[in-house]
Amino acid sequence: MSLLELRNISKEFGAIHALNDVSFTLDAGEVVGLMGDNGAGKSTLVKIISGIYTPTSGQVLLDGQPVNIHSPGEARRIGIETVYQDLALADNLTASENIFLGRELRRKVGPFRLLDHAAMKARAVELFEELKSETRAGDYVRQMSGGQRQAVAIARTRLAAAKIILMDEPTAAISVRQVAEVLNLIHRLREAGIAVMLISHRMPDVFETCSRVIVMRRGSKVADKAIADSSPDEVTALITGAKEAA
Amino acid sequence: MGVQGFSNVRETRFWQRGFLASQSAYVLGALVVLIVVMALSSPNFLTERNISNVMQNFSFIAIATLGTTLVIITAGIDLSVGSTMALTATATSLAMRWLNDAGFYPFPGSAFILSVAAGLATAGIIGLANGFAVAKLKLAPFVTTLGTLSIVRGLTYVATQGRGTSPDGPDKGLFLAVTSARIPMPEGIPNLPVAFIYLIALALVMWVALNHTAWGKHVYAIGGNEAAARLTGVNVDRVKIGVYVLCSVSAGLNGIIISGWLGSAPANLANAYELTIIAAAVIGGANLFGGVGTAAGAIIGCILIEVIRNGLVLARVDPYWQQTLVGCIIVAAVFVDRLRSGRTG
Repeated sequence: MSLLELRNISKEFGAIHALNDVSFTLDAGEVVGLMGDNGAGKSTLVKIISGIYTPTSGQVLLDGQPVNIHSPGEARRIGIETVYQDLALADNLTASENIFLGRELRRKVGPFRLLDHAAMKARAVELFEELKSETRAGDYVRQMSGGQRQAVAIARTRLAAAKIILMDEPTAAISVRQVAEVLNLIHRLREAGIAVMLISHRMPDVFETCSRVIVMRRGSKVADKAIADSSPDEVTALITGAKEAA
Repeated sequence: MGVQGFSNVRETRFWQRGFLASQSAYVLGALVVLIVVMALSSPNFLTERNISNVMQNFSFIAIATLGTTLVIITAGIDLSVGSTMALTATATSLAMRWLNDAGFYPFPGSAFILSVAAGLATAGIIGLANGFAVAKLKLAPFVTTLGTLSIVRGLTYVATQGRGTSPDGPDKGLFLAVTSARIPMPEGIPNLPVAFIYLIALALVMWVALNHTAWGKHVYAIGGNEAAARLTGVNVDRVKIGVYVLCSVSAGLNGIIISGWLGSAPANLANAYELTIIAAAVIGGANLFGGVGTAAGAIIGCILIEVIRNGLVLARVDPYWQQTLVGCIIVAAVFVDRLRSGRTG
């Protein structure tokens, strides 16, 4: 039984068929690359798993049980966390405030429940240490590099001990050195037994971190195979349509 | 301390973060300079009587500025605060008159409590309407509250036939005392206007709410990145409606206080105050693009505007110069902030 299974998922936006009968599975401790050209349906697929869209038809199963994910909050509650492409961070808050946004730690002060700044900061420091990131919990996100922002977004997913982490283009628009940092973060998530789905345009990232690759084209899954049995050339051919399926 | 030895990353220095790095701090510095200049140039400036007047005058707009600052932090704007002050004051004094005419006076103070509650409820409904339009109907705050400005002012005229109303009845004395009394202080200390005490109390509550509650962080997060706040599960609509209600209620409270000081609620009460209030918030460091603003900044902005007005009066300069000067200060404050952020970020 897989951790996450998608069965015959389709999604239509009016006359547009964004996803056509897509099925796949995801296991614990597995890093799967999701590749495809712009408009191939990657983002729609991710948004269905993370509760932003509901599928037109098909089923999502978690630990073999059918689940209905109707909001990002619901997805998070059942252990699915998403690192969005634009990172979804508030620039004017600190790293630890961002990590705890929407699920702040509080302590009772008389009749009031006030923020427990110290506990949140301590936990954030721990998370960054686990991720071996040099990001400081008290810094404002607006002062951070792309890699540090990525670390904040990933640290946030580690708060609730997520089982599945979806990462949408985590290495787009950051420097080479930061890419290496982010790929290290993904390795650490895998070591912790978390299933990671890496949505990426960057062939080297997928071939370095993933054990399996799923290729989408025009809303359909055209390949789902082990990285060891594939090659960047083959994946490129699948993405562009030079090769029909594998 | 970099785990991987990032030698080019260092802790930001103390003056580059927190209050000292904010626009509010620069404006506070300017305010201090201004006060020193005024104290040296006018012997009447630092008299107990004048200080007490200045405190009273800025308190008349500062409570509403606190609420407006909340709205501005969420990247919204509320142009209807001036009208809300007028309608709230009118509703309060009308309620007092009706209770008096109806002879309904179950216990001492009841007319006061009921009429103030009626006034603040009116303000709350205006805020609810603004918040609903902005959060649920997704209307632009500027246009929405421009509409409310006109609607609410119109209602004030309709309710009073354009005439003023004045509080009356058994609790009139209590009403005037609670809104406009000055608490005598020992020799050498300026008498404390009650409005100033309300202002400080509310500013403290706002400071705690913004810095030490989850709600406060959500207010800032919505201003910083509304989409992110939504994705992380913050109830954006509820927080937005909340800040508009708080803004209207704070304006209403200020309206009631002004009507107590005037002894009546003219239909044109607080006409165009929204501009002064927004100016005070912006001078105090609230950023119209959202995400930035504090209770202390709101008060500093109000004090600066009032000190300038007061100084012009004491210097026997035509007080109409105040508006011109306030305008210059807004532009200067925003420009200094631009220079600073251009350099550090």
